[in-house]
Amino acid sequence: MDSTIEATVRSVLSEQGKLSEDAQSIAVDADLYRAGMTSHASVNVMLGLEDEFDIEFPEERLTKATFTSVASITEAVEAIHHD
Amino acid sequence: MTENSVLTEQPRTRAEHPDRAASTAARAEAVARVAREYADTVDGESRFPRETIDEARAQGLLAAPMTEADGGLDYSITELCRLLERVGRECTSSAMILAMHYSQALCLTRHADTEWLREFTRKVASEGLLLASATTEVNIGGDTRTSTCAVRPAGDGRVALHKTCPVISYGAYADAILVTARRNEDAASSDQVVLVVEAADLQLERQRGWDALGMRGTCSESFELDATTSEDAMFRVPFETISARTMLPGAHCLWASAWLGMATQAGLTARSVVQKAARKTPGTPPPSALRLAELEVQLQSMTDVVRSSVARYEAAYEDPETCESMQFAIAMNTLKVNGAEAVRQIVGDALVIVGISGFANRSPVSLARLYRDSIGPSVMVNNDRILLHTATMQLVSRGQR
Repeated sequence: MDSTIEATVRSVLSEQGKLSEDAQSIAVDADLYRAGMTSHASVNVMLGLEDEFDIEFPEERLTKATFTSVASITEAVEAIHHD
Repeated sequence: MTENSVLTEQPRTRAEHPDRAASTAARAEAVARVAREYADTVDGESRFPRETIDEARAQGLLAAPMTEADGGLDYSITELCRLLERVGRECTSSAMILAMHYSQALCLTRHADTEWLREFTRKVASEGLLLASATTEVNIGGDTRTSTCAVRPAGDGRVALHKTCPVISYGAYADAILVTARRNEDAASSDQVVLVVEAADLQLERQRGWDALGMRGTCSESFELDATTSEDAMFRVPFETISARTMLPGAHCLWASAWLGMATQAGLTARSVVQKAARKTPGTPPPSALRLAELEVQLQSMTDVVRSSVARYEAAYEDPETCESMQFAIAMNTLKVNGAEAVRQIVGDALVIVGISGFANRSPVSLARLYRDSIGPSVMVNNDRILLHTATMQLVSRGQR
């Protein structure tokens, strides 16, 4: 997993995720929805990520699974970068 | 009723048995007959439609979503929705109660993940239990994906819960209620679970009765709910998953089908009145015939939207990835808004076509009750709130359908 991407993902999460835990220290595989991220907040996370990385999430990645954890988001961003 | 324009006439392999369509239709007719007989009384007295629900139980239909192995009829979502179209023509309240019961029953059949829940699922089927739900709560702004109440340990393998519920439809008549709450007192407001609470373990203190404009038989009263239940009566899978895969798409498809039944009935009434007028003036169509043609445009559109949405859910039924996609959530949200607006428009327009005898409360072609009921869908789950959710999703959606 790319550590620069992960760091940016965490900073977007701390701004937009409305997590009850610290986004900088939450485990990479912890469930963000269980940590308090609402579906509304997850949309703001997506928008923040699209802005930060200058990417667009394709429709098939707009699922709950993509935004479940720091790891899943980072992997998705990496995959979109490689496309 | 004509069964035209069905995208999935035979949704699953089991529907291909030759006798199946006949037996599902016969059961639907039996319930529709009782619903028609008591609809005015239920509405007039604003009371629970016990005769219709008893007939549904007698027909095995309270267990319709359960598998045959669990003692049910193994109805597909399409078959459940067609049943509600039929009952919705006769008694809105009965159809809505069955729709809400099925939304909960589907959660059990699809997500029961403890031995207690699997046993309870079989009990619902064998005893014909009626299920209600308590998903809304005061001070959450109607967002069912947020809870403030929390599950508390009560010792001896039991848990306790207190919830202030602005609405539990037919709560006082249900055999069990599925309640949402935060997982525990430390959990985030979005970290929700669903628990089954049986009536015997439940105290409901009525806060507000139900004397409304329409859907008067749903008895959608307000309660303080106090309950204890086994900790194994709590689904292990998070509510978020149950909501996305089952409760939300199930409820929207089932409700919209009941509303389609209402619109269909209003359309049939308007048609019968126009045809009667036409027979008096052969060769010259009555002026109302044009209005009837306009109504047909709306009816065809609503029928296609509702049935194709049900077909969409049927196709995604076993595909969690699709059910949890933004595209699917948007489709189910728009179904609700579309159906609620359409039924209000269609029943209102049909009433104008029928004229003064449709406006009268006591007349063979009265649409008064149906008209009052048709406002319900637009206020029962606020369309603006659903549109706001959809608007949020639109900010990132790529617009695929």
